[in-house]
Amino acid sequence: MEYLKQLTLILMAGVLVNNYVLQKFLGICPFLGVSKKFNQAFGMGIAVTFVMLVATAVTYPLYFYLLVPNKLEYLETILFILVIAALVQFVEIVLKKFIPALHAALGVYLPLITTNCAVLGVTLNNITDGYNFLESMISSLGVGIGFLLAMVLFAGVRSRIENCPAPECMKGLPVTLVAASIVSLAFLGFSGVFETLLA
Amino acid sequence: MEILIPVLILLATAVICAVLLTVASIFFAVKENEKFAPIRECLPGANCGACGYSGCDSYAKALAEGEETNPSLCIPGGDGTAKNVAAILGVEAADVVERVAYVACNGACRPEEKKYIYTGPKTCHAANMSFSGDRFCIYACLGYGDCMKACPRGAIEINENGVADINPTKCIGCGICVDVCPNGLIHLIKDTERVVVKCNSRKKGADVRKYCSNGCIACGKCVKNCPEGAITLVDNLAVIDYDKCTGCGTCKDVCPVGCIHEGCFLCGSHFE
Repeated sequence: MEYLKQLTLILMAGVLVNNYVLQKFLGICPFLGVSKKFNQAFGMGIAVTFVMLVATAVTYPLYFYLLVPNKLEYLETILFILVIAALVQFVEIVLKKFIPALHAALGVYLPLITTNCAVLGVTLNNITDGYNFLESMISSLGVGIGFLLAMVLFAGVRSRIENCPAPECMKGLPVTLVAASIVSLAFLGFSGVFETLLA
Repeated sequence: MEILIPVLILLATAVICAVLLTVASIFFAVKENEKFAPIRECLPGANCGACGYSGCDSYAKALAEGEETNPSLCIPGGDGTAKNVAAILGVEAADVVERVAYVACNGACRPEEKKYIYTGPKTCHAANMSFSGDRFCIYACLGYGDCMKACPRGAIEINENGVADINPTKCIGCGICVDVCPNGLIHLIKDTERVVVKCNSRKKGADVRKYCSNGCIACGKCVKNCPEGAITLVDNLAVIDYDKCTGCGTCKDVCPVGCIHEGCFLCGSHFE
């Protein structure tokens, strides 16, 4: 029961407190690039969640059964980039063949994620945080959902900005960045929530 | 020598990944219909949806796989595209009915004055939600340019009367603007149709006169004078039946307010 509670906390921490986009500022590129329309933002969020889960499932064993025995922990970054990039390509090929419907929905986003820093970040952080395999997967799921949440929320914010008369110098990216910082500030309110809950 | 192990491990991983991807791309290769690529080449790539499919890709796919048999659905591409596609498919191409959009409003309802000061989001859709917009005429073009933003070819501009103006030489007849306009002011006409009523007001003539010098007042002169009997009054608005209309232009001459427009603004090959 205590363990289940801990897993839930890891999940929720990934979604809210340690939101990768809004608190750790990872994965900003797709966050700004694909958040113009709700549908696209949602598709991208789902694709990132999926890739995070698969990437964690592959990189975790690689780290502990290939790098640790050879004392090559410092290779993790470059090895993970390599493996994740290849993996995403592989998943795309397989999806195209066997689940064309899912490929049609996610296919456009998959190449964008090949070297996404949020995906790399979550795999590296899982190891730094000392999670075991199950905890790593739960954490990846949480971070993925957090990314999805941030994308969907921000797509809503952006659709409002589009219709507002911004000053000439702020039009386009500047006003989007300001909006992103305000959304990020809002998420700052979640920090410390779990410490209070646990105490 | 110590450096060899990490190098080898990385190299091995890279080679394994490369082999895996190569094998996967051979074994899991998806056969694309060989007709798809050439058909897609022929289509203009505007992704306007005038053919009834979500984009050029899906129309080309439907054609290649035989789900769609009509090669003449692409309106922006016109006859040329239809012929090329038909040649690839080995069928006969029917003539494409080229269409063009026009805005059924002249915007003469006191464009300089507004019913109230509207400060909301600058879109027609939003403005229309508060008392049918800030124009005196509730049927008028609101001029916030929803259609302008939606137009894939940049054919629409807002003119000095605050009314959307469609450039027929740029318009590809896709009909996206027709769905966007909250007042339903934009209509598509075929290239053979030459007379249009540029008003959408269903108000009585006396009411229209109060604010618009250019709106249909439902006087019925065009109805009486049309030699073909092609015009009828529906809800205080002259409506042309294009099956009967010969484009003689009599209605334009008798219209006291000048809201019927005639012109060869559709002739010529405006899709080039």
